[in-house]
Amino acid sequence: MPALLVLALAVTVAIHPEFGSFDAQSLAMGAMPLAFAAAAQTVVVISGGIDLSVGSMMAVSNVLAAVSMEDASFGQSLALAAAIVLAGALAGAINGLIVVFSRVPDVVVTLTTGFIWGGVALLLLEKPGGGAPEQFLALGAGTLFTPWLSGALVLLAAAVAIIWIPVQQSRLGLLLYAVGSDRASALRSGVNVGLTRFLAYVLGGLFSAVGGIGLIMTTGIGSPLAGVYYTLSGLAAAVLGGVSLAGGRGGIVGPVLAAYVLTLIPTDLIFLNIDPNFGQVIQGTLIVLVVMVGGLATLLRGRKR
Amino acid sequence: MNMPAHSISPRGAAAPAKALRIIGLLRRYTAAALVLLLLAFVGGIEIARPGTVTPIWISNIILFAAPLGILAAGQTLVMLAGGIDLSVASVATASAYLMATHSSSSGFGAVLWGLAVGLAVGLVNGIGIAVLRVQPLVMTLGTGLMTEGTLIVYSQKMLATAPRVPAFIQALGSGKVLGGIPIDLFLWAPIAIAVLIGLRHTGFGRLLYAVGDNREACQLSGVRIWQVLLADYILCSLFAAAAGLVVVGGTNAADMSLADVYLLPSVAAVVIGGTSIFGGRGGYGGSIVGALILTVLNSLLTLLDAPEPIKQILYGAVILVLATAYTRLTD
Repeated sequence: MPALLVLALAVTVAIHPEFGSFDAQSLAMGAMPLAFAAAAQTVVVISGGIDLSVGSMMAVSNVLAAVSMEDASFGQSLALAAAIVLAGALAGAINGLIVVFSRVPDVVVTLTTGFIWGGVALLLLEKPGGGAPEQFLALGAGTLFTPWLSGALVLLAAAVAIIWIPVQQSRLGLLLYAVGSDRASALRSGVNVGLTRFLAYVLGGLFSAVGGIGLIMTTGIGSPLAGVYYTLSGLAAAVLGGVSLAGGRGGIVGPVLAAYVLTLIPTDLIFLNIDPNFGQVIQGTLIVLVVMVGGLATLLRGRKR
Repeated sequence: MNMPAHSISPRGAAAPAKALRIIGLLRRYTAAALVLLLLAFVGGIEIARPGTVTPIWISNIILFAAPLGILAAGQTLVMLAGGIDLSVASVATASAYLMATHSSSSGFGAVLWGLAVGLAVGLVNGIGIAVLRVQPLVMTLGTGLMTEGTLIVYSQKMLATAPRVPAFIQALGSGKVLGGIPIDLFLWAPIAIAVLIGLRHTGFGRLLYAVGDNREACQLSGVRIWQVLLADYILCSLFAAAAGLVVVGGTNAADMSLADVYLLPSVAAVVIGGTSIFGGRGGYGGSIVGALILTVLNSLLTLLDAPEPIKQILYGAVILVLATAYTRLTD
C-alpha cells in the first residue's frame, strides 16, 4: 500500500507540477474522515465481523457536533467532542451487543442499525447546517509549524496512535486477531469470543465518532446524509489496504494510506480535466480489480500445487 | 425422555412449559408463524385505524410489495448459495434510468436496455465471485459503486435526452386491471412461481442449496460450482433490473437514488423469511411473506403519520426484532 500511495502521489505531482503545501493540506483534510471510517471498519473486520453502519455513526456524531457546538465556546466544544466520542463508543456497543446476543448475521444487523442511525442523524438535523467555533475547526483545518503539516494529519496520527497502539500492544489486540482468524479455535483456547467481538464494535464506534468530528472540522457544517459514502468508501479503503474480509489479517496503516489514495483519485481527475464523477467508477473498479487479482493469484497458486 | 413437562415440575411451572410448547410449535411451523405475523400486522392496522383494510388497500399492498418481492427473489437465490448481493439497488436504479433515456425510440428496446444493465453487472459479479472466488460482499459492493458512478457520468452525458417513462411501464408499476388486480402482479407471480418450482424441482435449484450447504462436498461430487454461481448472480441482477423497471413505473421519475431505499428491505425480507445468509437453508416462500410484512409495516408507519426519520428508526428497529426472533427460534 505505501508503494501505491507513493505512486499515486508521484502521478499527482507529475500531472500537476505546482503541487504545493495547499494541495497537501487539502488532501490531508479530504482524506482524514475517510481514513477514520477505514480504521473503524478495519478493527471490526480484523475481528472477523463487518460493520455497515460506520458511515451512519459518523453522520450521527457529525450532526451531534454541528448541533451542540454551534453556539459553544472553544473549551465547551472540546468537552462536547469528548462526550460525542463516548456516544460513538456507545453506538458501537449497541451494534456489538445486538450482533453477539441476537446471533443475527453481522451484515444484516449493521445494515439495519446503519439505517436506524441514518434516521437518528436526520432527526437531529434535517438538512446540512449547524457549525462549530472557528478555533475548534482550526484543529483539523489549520496547519502546524509549517504550511505542509496540516492539523488534519496530526489529528489522524494522534487519534490512531492513542486508540489503536495500546489496543494492538495489549492482550486485546492479540484476541482480536485470534477471534478473527479462527473463531472456533479461539473459543476452544478459552478466549471470550463474544466479549472480544463486542469490543471490536466498540472500537469501531469510537473511530467512527472521531471521524464524524473530523468531518465537521474539515467541512465546517453537519451533514446528516454523509453516511452511505463513508460506509462504502471506508470498506473499500480497508479492502484496498490489505485487510482480509475473512478476518484475522491486516493492519490499520494500510487502510489509512488507502484512504489517501482514494481521495487523490478525484483530485487527479480534475487536474487531468476529466469529469471527477469518474472517481466513483474508478474507486469501484479499483476494489473489484484488487480483489479479483487477489483471487486470481490464489487460483494460480492452487493450480501449481 | 418424552415425559410431559407438567408431571415432573411443580404446579407453578405450568405456564413456562406451555410457553415452551408454543415455541416448539412455532419452530416446527415457521411458515405458519410468518403468515400469522403478517395477519397480526394487518390486524394491528385495522385496530389502529378501523376501516383501513379494504380490498383496495390489499391490492395496493401487493402493488407496492411486487418490486421488493422481485428483488428479494434474486437475493434469496444468492443467499441460498451462501452469498449476498449488495449491488441490487444500484442495478435497479441504473436499469430504470437507462430504460427511461432510451424510451423515445421503441418501448421494447428500452426495456432491453434496462435488462442489459442487469445482465452486464450480473456477469461481472458472477465472474468475480464464481471464477475468481472473491467474497460476494466485497465484489457486489465494488460493482455497486461502479454501476452508480457510471450512471452519474452517463446521466451528465445525456443531459439533452430527458428520461421519460413510457406509458406501458407506468401501467406496469402503478396500474390495476380487472377490478383491482395490480398489473405488476402479472410480472411478480410468474417470477415467483418459476423460482418456487425451480428451487424445488430443477437440478439448478437443488444445486443452489447444495453449494450453499457444503461447497466442498459439491466440489468433490463433481459439481461445476462456478457455473452454478455464475448463473445465480446473473439471475439475481436480472431480477434487480426488472424490479427497477417496476419501481420507476410507480414513481414515474427516473432519478439517481430511485431504488436506494430497497437495499435493506431486499436483504431483510429474505432474512425475516427464514433463509440463512450462510446458505443452504430457506426458500422463496418465506421471502414473499417477508416482503409483504415489510410492505405492511411501511403502510402502518405511514398511518402513524410520524416524521420520516422516526419512521426510518422504527422500521429498522422492527426489522432487528423480527430477525432476532427468527434467528433465535430456528437456531
